Amino acid sequence: MDKHNFVTIANLTREKILYMIEMAQEFEKHPNRELLKGKVVATLFFEPSTRTRLSFETAANRLGARVIGFADPKVTSGTKGETLKDTILMVSNYADVIVMRHYIEGAAQYASEVAPVPIVNAGDGAHQHPSQCMLDLYSIYKTQGTLDNLNIYMVGDLKYGRTVHSLLMAMRHFNPTFHFVAPKELAMPKEYKLYCDEHGIKYQEHTAFNEKVIADADILYMTRVQKERFSDLMEYERVKNVYVLNNDLLKSAKPNMKILHPLPRVNEIAYEVDDNPHAYYIQQAGNGLFAREAIFCDVLGITLDEVKNDKTIIL
Amino acid sequence: MNKKEMLVAAIKNGTVIDHIPSDKTYQVAQLLELQNLSTQVTIGYNLLSKKLGKKGIIKVEDKFFTDEEISRLSVVAPNIVLNIIKDFEVVEKKQVITPDEIHGIVRCNNPKCITNNEPMSTYFHVTDGILTCHYCEKEQDINKVELV
Repeated sequence: MDKHNFVTIANLTREKILYMIEMAQEFEKHPNRELLKGKVVATLFFEPSTRTRLSFETAANRLGARVIGFADPKVTSGTKGETLKDTILMVSNYADVIVMRHYIEGAAQYASEVAPVPIVNAGDGAHQHPSQCMLDLYSIYKTQGTLDNLNIYMVGDLKYGRTVHSLLMAMRHFNPTFHFVAPKELAMPKEYKLYCDEHGIKYQEHTAFNEKVIADADILYMTRVQKERFSDLMEYERVKNVYVLNNDLLKSAKPNMKILHPLPRVNEIAYEVDDNPHAYYIQQAGNGLFAREAIFCDVLGITLDEVKNDKTIIL
Repeated sequence: MNKKEMLVAAIKNGTVIDHIPSDKTYQVAQLLELQNLSTQVTIGYNLLSKKLGKKGIIKVEDKFFTDEEISRLSVVAPNIVLNIIKDFEVVEKKQVITPDEIHGIVRCNNPKCITNNEPMSTYFHVTDGILTCHYCEKEQDINKVELV
């Protein structure tokens, strides 16, 4: 069997995405199992990310695996000048699967080429964060009952936000209509609009963010507008409060509409929205557990059938 | 062959690389690793050319380049012609074919790419004159690349 990796979302087929979602559904029904009993999962975080690491480690623990790894790159030999390849090969001696987060772009792809064990990309710089994308897809499917023909509104930093770029690419199989709502400085980059054109994906761009603009949304995907992204601080001051979601803006929203956010949020979603029935970002993060349990099983060669007929479920 | 081009002697067997943009002459020599050859090599540049204004020519005795070697030149001089000479006659003209993949040769222009942070070879996919890094997926124009 070829070694499975989970490095990028870009090359997943429609069937594979739906397969992974179905597997995540199984884990949502029964998250606690012993499918990975006897396995060792390594979590190598060359860049700190507490949220993602805890989610992966919880997924591994709930499947019965044991976890080794580091959360702080300062403790590794990388600081002594060891190459990534050496670190990965060394850890491959110990673990059955490696989850890695790195600040260098393409690091996970390279690791997957040199490692004898499966590599799961938990984020490589500004490049990819495919497990986040998987949980976004699962959240959309779960709240809408489908991934097909949805109106998806992306709001905030569409220039640097890798989660919106990954979601855009993954949704190409499902005939979405995108609406990009962003200040000019943080507009969706040309390469992604070209990508939409090439794949026949419909999109509209807006700079205004108001009740009317988002009334048609099925999914409102909010992102953080970060001060450090602006070359012109006057521009930041002008737009920083424009892309803030509050209850007033949600008055005309469709009943099925859900608000997603990759978190952490700062001020782009007012706290009053947390109790609004459209809010979904906290549950979304929780879905990360099920999506990551599915990712672990998939890279370790455990099929959907085996998950469905699993005798190791702990009730 | 007219007298102007005969500034250097004709070769009996080997390859004459013609129509090199003058300023790319040394890059072509580098990509073909001519410094490692032991046969006679003549490098000329700033030669007058009707097509290019100024051009470079490289004549290499007793050396016939493989298609892989020739395809390397696509990143600096895609329009050059390689004349294959046997017994003073041009027996074949070869053009540079841009490959689908380029290994090594070109540097990724993303400083945060793994290929610039790890002792490893670069790897690009080529479509319509655009190089896409296999690792970080940043794109660059084939005419604006920096060699490794």
